[in-house]
Amino acid sequence: MTIRKNQASLTPEEKRAFVAALLELKRTGRYDRFVTTHNGFIMGDTDSGDRVGHRSPSFLPWHRRFLLEFEAALQAVDPAVALPYWDWTADRTARSSLWAADFLGGTGRARDGQVLDGPFAYATGKWEIAVRVDGRSYLRRALGTGVAQLPTRAEVDSVLAMPVYDAAPWNSSSGGFRNHLEGWRGANLHNRVHVWVGGQMATGVSPNDPVFWMHHAFIDKLWADWQALHPQSPYLPAAGTPNVVDLNDTMRPWNDVTPADMLDHRKFYTFDTEPVPAPAGAAASQR
Amino acid sequence: MNKITRRQALGTTAGALTVLGLAGATAHAAVTRSRPAAPAAPTTPAGTVDEVYQGRRIRIVPASGGDDHGGHHGGHQAPGQPTVLIDGRELHVMRNADGSWISVVNHYETFSGPLPLARAAVRELQGASLVPMGGMR
Repeated sequence: MTIRKNQASLTPEEKRAFVAALLELKRTGRYDRFVTTHNGFIMGDTDSGDRVGHRSPSFLPWHRRFLLEFEAALQAVDPAVALPYWDWTADRTARSSLWAADFLGGTGRARDGQVLDGPFAYATGKWEIAVRVDGRSYLRRALGTGVAQLPTRAEVDSVLAMPVYDAAPWNSSSGGFRNHLEGWRGANLHNRVHVWVGGQMATGVSPNDPVFWMHHAFIDKLWADWQALHPQSPYLPAAGTPNVVDLNDTMRPWNDVTPADMLDHRKFYTFDTEPVPAPAGAAASQR
Repeated sequence: MNKITRRQALGTTAGALTVLGLAGATAHAAVTRSRPAAPAAPTTPAGTVDEVYQGRRIRIVPASGGDDHGGHHGGHQAPGQPTVLIDGRELHVMRNADGSWISVVNHYETFSGPLPLARAAVRELQGASLVPMGGMR
């Protein structure tokens, strides 16, 4: 069974294995197909039209399925690899070990944003940005430039406390847990982290930066944490909603998986720290 | 999107451009070399922007222009969206339900209108050219 760990607790060997698997997916072209898929959805998902991957209730189950597919690709290279998660409420500066040269490398230089150290620096010859929105083919970052501060634990907790999963009109203007976690309203969690990293992470082709997967693995864990806190709160909407993926509708691009299939992460993996069920006694009945 | 909403969107855009244009001219006086918009003509819709910002030409044509460079050909964008061009290359933009805007190069950060969005894209690009995206998968 796959165990997803906090990136801060990985051993040097686990870091090497994860990086090696990423580089192998990149070499074979498999990696870039994930970037293409993500960008296609981010440009196609609109508040007033069909929306599946973003700005909609299926933001969370869509990314859970997307990460599962990516993790399976990594494991086809090295079965020992699991996606780590980045708890940006704890590791919240550019000095975190996450950004060291033995893992993801650091921020970009001032002149052009280019990342110069680590396994994904352009000069290694192993990480050319091929799926891109502009002419630059090197990985870029500007840690802490687009926005100064990552979300705090208190801000996360305030969003986790929201009892309703999502609400009409089921888009970027919605109230509820999903949209506050996604970040179009309120404290702004997920969106703000993309902006804090900068470079490709701030664009539609954000999976070009490997930190994308660790950021979304943590967002995914926060969904699991929220479920444990609110075991009686279901995925919404349940049925009959135009342009939106209801509980038992299939999701593009797979067309054979529904949000209902994605609700229980423990069918696929566990976390190094599993969420503690709420003490109401009815815990896990929804899972 | 119905016509009333579109008209409201354009009204909002024009107002935002006026206000933010002044603010932008102040904030970026050292680097902005705005030039007069194209000569007024029946085919130039209200709200059209044509300026040079940090050495890049920004053109914004409202969707209702109806002329050859005003419409979207990709087919995946909602109606009522303007065409934003940087040095002649189209920048993919999207309007949020609350009236704010995002672009493909600043996709997780909202802007009050197409012009501040286009200027942010110019800053983000640092001289790089946009590449055609080919639209939806």
